[in-house]
Amino acid sequence: MVSPILELKNINKSFGHVHANKNINLTINKGTIHGIIGENGAGKSTLMSIVFGLYQANSGTIKINGKEINLRSPKDSIINGIGMVHQHFMLVENFTVLENIILGFEGELVFGKNLEKAKKDLKNLCDTYKLNIDLNSTISDLSVGFRQRVEILKSLYRGAEILILDEPTGVLTPQEVDELFKILRSLNEEGKTIVLITHKLIEIMDLTSEVSVMRQGEMVGNTKTEDTNKEQLAEMMVGRSVLLRLDKTEANTGDVVFKVEDLTVKDDLDVTRVKNVNLEIRAGEILGLAGVTGNGQTELLEALSGIRKVESGQIYLDGKKVSDSQNFLDPRELKDQGLAHVPEDRQRMGLVTDFKAYENLIFGYHDQQPFSRSSILNHKDIISHSKKIMEEYDVRPQSPNLITSNFSGGNQQKIILSRELNEKPKVLLVGQPTRGVDIGAIEFIHQRLIDMRDKGAAILLVSVELDEVLSLSDRIVVMFDGKIVGEKENTNVTDRELGLLMAGVV
Amino acid sequence: MATVDKSRVPWWVSNLIVPLVNLTLALFVSGLFIFIAGENPFEAVSLIIYGSFGYIEGFAYTLYYTTNFIFTGLAFAVAFHCRLFNIGGEGQAYIGGLGVFLVAINFSFLPVPIVWLLAVGGAVVFGAAWAFIPAYLQATRGSHVVITTIMFNFIAASLMVFLLVDVIRDTTQMGPHTVALPEEQWFPSFEDFAALFGIKIRYSPLNISFLLAIAASFFVWFLVWKTRWGYEMRAVGHNTQAAIYAGISPYKNIIIAMCISGGLAGLLGVNEILGVHHKIVAGFPAGYGFTGIAVALMGRNHPIGIFPAAFLFGILYQGGSEVTFDMPNITRYMFVAVQGVIILFSGALENLFRPQIENFFVNRLNLKAKA
Repeated sequence: MVSPILELKNINKSFGHVHANKNINLTINKGTIHGIIGENGAGKSTLMSIVFGLYQANSGTIKINGKEINLRSPKDSIINGIGMVHQHFMLVENFTVLENIILGFEGELVFGKNLEKAKKDLKNLCDTYKLNIDLNSTISDLSVGFRQRVEILKSLYRGAEILILDEPTGVLTPQEVDELFKILRSLNEEGKTIVLITHKLIEIMDLTSEVSVMRQGEMVGNTKTEDTNKEQLAEMMVGRSVLLRLDKTEANTGDVVFKVEDLTVKDDLDVTRVKNVNLEIRAGEILGLAGVTGNGQTELLEALSGIRKVESGQIYLDGKKVSDSQNFLDPRELKDQGLAHVPEDRQRMGLVTDFKAYENLIFGYHDQQPFSRSSILNHKDIISHSKKIMEEYDVRPQSPNLITSNFSGGNQQKIILSRELNEKPKVLLVGQPTRGVDIGAIEFIHQRLIDMRDKGAAILLVSVELDEVLSLSDRIVVMFDGKIVGEKENTNVTDRELGLLMAGVV
Repeated sequence: MATVDKSRVPWWVSNLIVPLVNLTLALFVSGLFIFIAGENPFEAVSLIIYGSFGYIEGFAYTLYYTTNFIFTGLAFAVAFHCRLFNIGGEGQAYIGGLGVFLVAINFSFLPVPIVWLLAVGGAVVFGAAWAFIPAYLQATRGSHVVITTIMFNFIAASLMVFLLVDVIRDTTQMGPHTVALPEEQWFPSFEDFAALFGIKIRYSPLNISFLLAIAASFFVWFLVWKTRWGYEMRAVGHNTQAAIYAGISPYKNIIIAMCISGGLAGLLGVNEILGVHHKIVAGFPAGYGFTGIAVALMGRNHPIGIFPAAFLFGILYQGGSEVTFDMPNITRYMFVAVQGVIILFSGALENLFRPQIENFFVNRLNLKAKA
């Protein structure tokens, strides 16, 4: 007899303009391992943070064991038997395991009988679930896998009946993943309900008994794991909506103008994010780079545009080597060589949102004629130039003196796009050109990119929107875990094929 | 409390009304202090006004203080546009003064106007050099300028005491100061100018450095808003990531902004050495470097705002000394407290009433638009 332990009804949550959860309904049955799968940014973590009381939903109801409850803080959730293990552990590094677990509950525990009892209870828990933790070791001495176990133990000690794990395997080695899964299974055998948030299909198939799929803030499917397969899940995850139709003729390609050889790039934490990538882009073609967020696309774009150091490999522009691990051109020098870059994150990188629109319209080209002469900015020319391209790219409102943060997302994106396209680059790197942009602007932006292609630019389009990649690209490569895992001509490739490549299934 | 659409707030509301409301509140609270201390606040205000405007020498003193505050206020503002909190103006001014003196005394064989130019250059170079080290540490090692510049204030103070006691002391005198510069190098003072027109007035420290301060204000305005360097500094300050993307080097701009900031602070040395003391006196920056921070914050880091803010603090300094002279219950420290209250209301609590005031005006404008 299955009975629901946790029921969510019509949960909505917005952050500013972003609707992170749209009318989510979810039922989690007692004693199951329930997987929630979806791409990064699909709204999984937001949903579970609502369940754990970290965020409050804008509307909707939450029931635990059939009783409607109001979760205002993690404390309410803990009292109701919900425990959460976060992606980033919340432990005090220089405390012992024991100290971390009783933190916040210490009250009368710090000395004497109660502390002894706590120790005994914890030992029992460790034994029951084979956690194998030494309560007196200091957190900073423990490996990541053990720290995660401490988090699990902490939740159990506080009486968790439902344990939510947010991307628990992201930081683990394969061996540690096996260990974790063993522990989760034994927890499940003892009657605990487990919610596993992940974007890895393999984990869902391995571990869960039921699975829910989220995409772009919506719940798109609920099923028993045994009734489905990886392919079907991948399809649901990536989605299949109507392709936007575009006036696009056959590409008229020329020579290879941009070439990447054996490129390896590390991120700020020294983790290798791009692994031996090879790419070639011809003049007059759009190469689409598809992939789930966080598989190295960001680091790749940064390395190609001169923002991030190349670890090994070479980049050629127009047959000339522009970057390797020893020598590299900085972003401005690359601009001079005819490379333009529309970055993935417009507010973090593409714009100075506190600047006026005209200041952003010359951003990166501000030292060139006619915008500046002998280091003095030429206001008159900048303003007239700004008015001209704001009109050409239909940036609304057309006021160069308005502060950029007052423009809508779509118009901010147009500001960047007009700035970069206006330079008539030989190579154009575009990251997520239509993220958070309204439909009308999407069409406009897409048409502009096609126009650039027809004028002979070599374009690299990086997007997590499969529709976008499919409707714009002439050729498509798929990136997974830092590697290029597939290359297809965009003639009769299906989104399903790409979805499988993106999920790392084949 | 709904948030206000910033774009619809008229400029005069956020740049005039809000500071005036804050200032009024600060004066009201200060008035309470004075009342509690057992004096009549209204009398104190009239004393302040008399002391700073009521007679020509008093007004000259006000402008002399204003000069110093303009230099240190501009110094802080320039660094702040690159989001660097340079609280080392005090030390940079001190070392700037050393530059003025060393240049003036060593080049005394040159014609006086050239010595002046060189001495101003010396102030800028020495002040900039003193700011360069924290800037370099910030740019390459991430050592926070707040920490390093405040440490450099102490180092500057110790270094100057050492120099004034052991190296460049006027050995014929007992005090920690240098010999005086030759009299022809002294900056023309306000009384000299007045004498040209046949007006005889008593001594005041006001000198042509005041004009230099006005020139520096124009320079800062031009630099920050009209040149490529200012543009790049502001870009780094507002969004370092975006600056890197656009090929603007944060490293370079941190150093440039700090050096310009230090150079401007160094100009305080010109006012004090060439204009007033005509020699280096231990401790001549006297806290102007720190008050400059408040001046810049109150003036919203814009030269047009810094001038009135500096003038206000000039009034407080000059009028304040008048009050402490005439009212035995009010000590000098009382006026430090008054300054503190003004800094508190116009700096730290700047946003206390901003949303309400802006809302009020936006609503009124909306009503007008409907009617």
